[in-house]
Amino acid sequence: MTPLLNVQGLTKRYGGRIGCADVSFQLYPGEVLGIVGESGSGKSTLLNCLAGHLAPDAGQVIFDTRSDGPRDVLTMSEPERRMLGRTDWAFVHQNPRDGLRMRISAGGNVGERLMAVGAHHYGAIREKATDWLGRVEISAARIDDRPSAFSGGMQQRLQIARNLVTGPRLVFMDEPTGGLDVSVQARLLDLIRGLVRRMGLSAIVVTHDLAVVRLLADRLMVMKDGHVIETGLTDQVLDDPQAPYTQLLVSSVLQV
Amino acid sequence: MNAYNFAYLDEQTKRMIRRAILKGVAVPGYQVPFASREMPMPYGWGTGGVQVTAACLTPEDTLKVIDQGADDTTNAVSIRKFFEKTAGVAVTEKTGEATIIQTRHRIPEQTLTEDQILVYQVPIPEPLRFLEPSEVETRKMHALEDYGLMHVKLYEDIARHGEIATAYAYPVKVEGRYVMDPSPIPKFDNPKLESAALQLFGAGREQRIYAVPPYTKVVSLDFDDYPFDPSKPAHPCALCGAEDSYLDEVITDDAGSRMFVCSDTDYCAGRREGRDA
Repeated sequence: MTPLLNVQGLTKRYGGRIGCADVSFQLYPGEVLGIVGESGSGKSTLLNCLAGHLAPDAGQVIFDTRSDGPRDVLTMSEPERRMLGRTDWAFVHQNPRDGLRMRISAGGNVGERLMAVGAHHYGAIREKATDWLGRVEISAARIDDRPSAFSGGMQQRLQIARNLVTGPRLVFMDEPTGGLDVSVQARLLDLIRGLVRRMGLSAIVVTHDLAVVRLLADRLMVMKDGHVIETGLTDQVLDDPQAPYTQLLVSSVLQV
Repeated sequence: MNAYNFAYLDEQTKRMIRRAILKGVAVPGYQVPFASREMPMPYGWGTGGVQVTAACLTPEDTLKVIDQGADDTTNAVSIRKFFEKTAGVAVTEKTGEATIIQTRHRIPEQTLTEDQILVYQVPIPEPLRFLEPSEVETRKMHALEDYGLMHVKLYEDIARHGEIATAYAYPVKVEGRYVMDPSPIPKFDNPKLESAALQLFGAGREQRIYAVPPYTKVVSLDFDDYPFDPSKPAHPCALCGAEDSYLDEVITDDAGSRMFVCSDTDYCAGRREGRDA
């Protein structure tokens, strides 16, 4: 099987300091990869390099495109990369305000990606937006409300709907549950898990919350100081951590 | 009179503006940056249009200036006087006699010809401005033809008002490539953007010039199920009886009486005089 995403030797430096160094991994279709580590360990740098928001200094990010098979995303032209960003890829920001247009109605937010790829039938766009609001448990009656009138959890669900509406194959998530209270977190995780399984999505989830990866991720990558120090199946890494830092990380979680 | 160079601007400045105009004509709808000069009038009064007009004027030209369709309002009168004084060119109020027409927010009703240039005053040249505040980002969007956001605006209109409520500065796509703000003309005028005349757009404060060359394809953006509709009030003109012209609503007293009259004063006067329109 061809990996959906094949990352080789990805390196990003900020001057003399390291963002992330020599990261390599494969992601297969339908798989969810968790990236954990403490603040400043390079998780977000890595995610932004993968998603094309930052230009890495070295390495390859080979994505299995629908039309041309595996291609290095970093050598693609900007229009191709943008097209990928609107169709096959999705990026869920930690803060929904970064991923939503706050002054545009919920329906417009969901419809934007559709219109960006050429949907010009109002009725069809609206129908699809209504469908997706339903799937993320937002009442259809709120389709014309602006996200600023939504609660934090609803905003995050709306952001997910907006991203998944074009049926992407790869979703990048940066702390998708950050800043939400625990019961809302639990519902959101449940929802994401359902969507990922039903749509057969591949996802890369960056978080410092081990509970999130325990629920969502098939495999886990632990990062420290820009390097990957441990990888493995989620349960294996969390239940039998090998690297000293991973042991520290796992034992730092409060058991209630 | 001799205190000024012909048409106020110095020759080097006019050359600079002409270069921008030529580039604009070569790339229809593309906003060409230019080094806009301080003009002896406030921004928002047509400094961009005036500079473009100055760069196009020759001593043989006949100039007409329109402000919201009218030849006799402050903006039109002062700009016309300005060029009478600094260029000494002939001026007219008749659309058919003019070779250069500077306009604020209207296109004349009378069909323009290949011998005419229409110069628009543009307050905000960027059609995506109110959707995306960053100039870096909007330029990138133009470069990559990333125009989904423009339809989001129209979507919002329909969602909120049941129809595309944008009534002026209605976005158009020029020659299948650039999305352009046609300046705040009523959308009634949008079909007239496909014209035999050269159309130049000058934005002084924002320092941009763009152009629609003669016979260029200009399409108003819309949805398949909500097609573009160049609407106007359902009345004839109260003065000349025209059914096909854009109308201004004029309040005539404080008891709610109103009348609808042609916004294009020359067209209305011409019809009443029995001139060929």
